[in-house]
Amino acid sequence: MTATAAPEQDRTTQKSAPRSLASRLVRRPSFVIGAAITLFWIGCAIFGAALVPYDPFETDVMNTLMPPSAAHWFGTDDLGRDIFSRVIVGARDILTVAPLATLLSTALGTALGLAMGYFGGVFDEVMSRLVDAILALPTVVVALLALTALGASTTTVLFVIGFTYVPIIGRTVRAAVLSERGLDYVSAAELRRENPLYTMFVEILPNVMPAILVEATVRLGYAIFTVATLSFIGFGIQPPSPDWGLSIASSYGLIGGGYWWTVLFDGLAIATLVIGVNLVADSVQGALND
Amino acid sequence: MKRLLLSVATLWLLSVLIFAGARMLPGNVGRAMLGPFADARAVEQLNHELGTDRPLLEQYATWIGGFVTGDLGESYAYRAPVAPFLWTALLNSAKLALVAFLMVVPLGLLGGTIAALYRDRAADRILSALGLAATIVPEFVSGIILILIFGVWLRWFPISATAPEGAGLLTQVYHLILPAIPLVLVLFGYIARMARAGMIEALDADYTRTAVLKGLSYPRVIWRHVLRNALLPTISVIATQTVYLIGGLVVIEILFQYQGIGSLIYTAANKKDFPMLQAGILSIGILFTATTLIADLLYALLDPRIRHGGDE
Repeated sequence: MTATAAPEQDRTTQKSAPRSLASRLVRRPSFVIGAAITLFWIGCAIFGAALVPYDPFETDVMNTLMPPSAAHWFGTDDLGRDIFSRVIVGARDILTVAPLATLLSTALGTALGLAMGYFGGVFDEVMSRLVDAILALPTVVVALLALTALGASTTTVLFVIGFTYVPIIGRTVRAAVLSERGLDYVSAAELRRENPLYTMFVEILPNVMPAILVEATVRLGYAIFTVATLSFIGFGIQPPSPDWGLSIASSYGLIGGGYWWTVLFDGLAIATLVIGVNLVADSVQGALND
Repeated sequence: MKRLLLSVATLWLLSVLIFAGARMLPGNVGRAMLGPFADARAVEQLNHELGTDRPLLEQYATWIGGFVTGDLGESYAYRAPVAPFLWTALLNSAKLALVAFLMVVPLGLLGGTIAALYRDRAADRILSALGLAATIVPEFVSGIILILIFGVWLRWFPISATAPEGAGLLTQVYHLILPAIPLVLVLFGYIARMARAGMIEALDADYTRTAVLKGLSYPRVIWRHVLRNALLPTISVIATQTVYLIGGLVVIEILFQYQGIGSLIYTAANKKDFPMLQAGILSIGILFTATTLIADLLYALLDPRIRHGGDE
């Protein structure tokens, strides 16, 4: 009786889950605010270059370091470039690198976590130690080492962050897999002598998807954090990109002279983007736990 | 004991990874240091001087053998032993980290406690939202905004973290307050969140209800029964935060021009000074592993249930 009832119940929750998750999310004010901020910056990343009043790369030696005015809403930088245009277009690179890095690390981390949780034993033990070892270092430091060795460029930073987050995602997915591992449907698949890959990806994966979704959204927030930080210290997105972290790095020597507008708007852009993404991540987590 | 062996195993793996990162990823170390346009003979000679032309296994053995006996190798950029640079940097960073911890631990515990006592009310929601926002904004962004407000406009604090030569303790601390705040902001959310969860669990526990029912005054229940039980899990969380703290140090030390472990690694990375970089990064790994180990032991010491329980 229970054996026949369980799968049916499973199927109904699975079918209604996406719709109810979306409707539960929309009812959360923090999700709406976070999504609005994030969508705003995604819009800037895609359409910004066509809409801004000035070419973000065009220098103007007659108008360097002008304070905010009607002509230049956010002022101009030390090369006379319009900061408003640069801030808008500056969303582009970070919103390319960070999501792609997150996608890469989520795919690899999921595969690793599934394998660790499913196979267990020596493989799990060895991989767990490796994961511990990498997690003993701050992401920025791991990335710094790899970028020093490989040479910094926008492409390497994508791959380095992608790989750096694999252990932590692997650990989360492993934990989720372990709680599924002992369930009947997994034993059933094994009794049917399914291919381990089939069991992992077709049977277990859909059931750990919520955990992966939460982890991926949280990780995206951190990826933006890390890309911005690496760009600020010169190991991330490379010039002449109008990237925010990069702009702050090139201008922060000027703030002692009172040129606050050269860093403030880029800083606020980073702050709003990470807060927006994290409000979304937090809401997804909350909605799934409801 | 098993816990200790695991830590050693983790550290050994870490040393292999760092070695692989610094020596194998670049392919040719001498070429990576001198750049693509350097003379092939100069590259060869540098590789010979550094010992990077020998078999990898031998290089690793030399490096790690030196490391455990206290010989951290020689910096390529300074042509001098790495150790003294590393000690000075670690000491400076420890000062900055201490100032940050002295601010964030009481604040985080207080914030978490208030949030738990006013659970699901305005104070809780505001604290949670602020904590989340503070945690996720990169240190260099909050650092820049703090410099603008308190360093440039109000002129309350110096922009540089380094106190003048021979300055007294108070002056040194005064210089470290502004750089410590971004670190405090990043850690506040985590600590407050953990403290809040621990407090709520303790508030809902049976022993708390018993204490209330037997007529103890509310502040006394909170102080004697709830706080003691709630703070325990928070200790281990604080220890795991050291790794985030060190990650933050890299950026903060660059922003505030402070000679700590973060700026040491950054400078080494920029100069492709691999011996210095390896030593700096491994020392961070050792610090983190040691801190989590101590936190685990401390936790076990404070909680008799774990001390008598199984290993691991």
